[in-house]
Amino acid sequence: MTEVQNSSNTGSSRVKRGLAEQLKGGVIMDVVNAEQARIAEDAGAIAVMALERVPADIRAEGGVARMSDPDLIEGIQAAVKIPVMAKARIGHFVEAQVLAALNVDFIDESEVLSPADYINHIDKWAFQIPFVCGATNLGEALRRINEGAAMIRSKGEAGTGDVSEATKHIRKINSQLRMLSSMSKDELYVAAKELQAPYELVLEVAESGRLPVPLFTAGGIATPADAAMMLQLGADGVFVGSGIFKSGNPAARAAAIVKVAAFYDDPAVILETSRGLGEAMVGINVNDIPAPHRLADRGW
Amino acid sequence: MVGNTQPLRIGVLAFQGDVREHILVLERLGAEVIKVRRPEELASIDGLVIPGGESSVMDKLVRLFGMYEPLTAAIAAGLPVLGTCAGLIMLSNNILDAMDDQKSLGGLDVDVRRNAFGTQIDSFETNLSMPVVTKDPIAATFIRAPIVERVGAGVTVLARLDDGRIVAVEEGNLLGISFHPEVNGDTRIHEYFLGRVAASRELQES
Repeated sequence: MTEVQNSSNTGSSRVKRGLAEQLKGGVIMDVVNAEQARIAEDAGAIAVMALERVPADIRAEGGVARMSDPDLIEGIQAAVKIPVMAKARIGHFVEAQVLAALNVDFIDESEVLSPADYINHIDKWAFQIPFVCGATNLGEALRRINEGAAMIRSKGEAGTGDVSEATKHIRKINSQLRMLSSMSKDELYVAAKELQAPYELVLEVAESGRLPVPLFTAGGIATPADAAMMLQLGADGVFVGSGIFKSGNPAARAAAIVKVAAFYDDPAVILETSRGLGEAMVGINVNDIPAPHRLADRGW
Repeated sequence: MVGNTQPLRIGVLAFQGDVREHILVLERLGAEVIKVRRPEELASIDGLVIPGGESSVMDKLVRLFGMYEPLTAAIAAGLPVLGTCAGLIMLSNNILDAMDDQKSLGGLDVDVRRNAFGTQIDSFETNLSMPVVTKDPIAATFIRAPIVERVGAGVTVLARLDDGRIVAVEEGNLLGISFHPEVNGDTRIHEYFLGRVAASRELQES
């Protein structure tokens, strides 16, 4: 943990994780233009993720998916007052430099884009802007935190509207945390080896029972009930990608998911917010996607 | 001192934000803490904390779930409230740079500029002097933080940045702070607040 010595200190671990803490209980929404960004903000999004194509379209259109056009991101920054996030490819530290130069509030090193490095992730300590990274299990989450991530989102399978992978990943991370908490100290050395994560971080989470940064969930959330399930499973907040603007009534669905995030543990509220939202996104079953096309497998 | 020896019962407004960090600090100080999202939950508390988060989202949820009237009534009736960051914005009578339809609960006769420093790159940590609370410096974390730009006659300024800008104020039973003592795990400002809550409870019971 960084200690304050000088009179004013930007970009410290505490400042970066601090923003992530403020986003908890919130809904982060994918938007592809200023108009969608305004709809998201009006609906109560805690932040928007600026990108050229939502994951469902990236999946449908194929090809290499890259960082968005800076003009598009700037247009979205100008349209809203809430934090703006943007995605860089895994390992593409220069895309991250560009996003940092744009003064986005958070960078997502995202498996939804095509990876730029199949070995290394970005050294996130080198940046003053906080990063969020995807993870499917605790080892992956701890490796990203070790590289400087200020927030983890369980990956799910983006662009599907199928919540099953999101469920699998948040359950996996939390059950591995519980397992570590039950271990004796001398067992944690082997646990660290098996998780392929640094011992100090393994020890820290074994003692605290939680990640040292907020844990959000993403990938396939399409309904208020999906969001509430993720929060009941222990997520600190949710990312909704294609689920909002690929649905019949984005404004109503976005507002409903925000509402449910505040009362995720109250079935009466979930019931009320689930009414009259129009068509949910059509979706693809994850089992129908051949393994090489699963985005959650990107990242190491 | 005689009087009530029950632990203070503090509510944390729990629609969104860093609720957990506030609960941890308050519990460490011996308070009994409940999350507040429903009007009836306000009835049993001695004091309320409005956490950091996104003020515009908090405002929407407060109004959507019928908490606006109960909260403003409780503030008017003298409920002690500590607001940090978004919480300060919620307590201010006037928000500068607000969203189009954003409302605050009010109570503090101040103008507060939302997100006054810029984007996240301008978020920072610094040491502050806050003599009312402690003679030692307080490590303060400012995250896309607000600034108090005008204070009314009844408002006491508790802390300023080196350049003179106001970042902590108090008026009656309301305490508004631009930064996040809870993120640093610093208990001193909460301890000060609990002292105010205890005094207010004594007063009500006598």
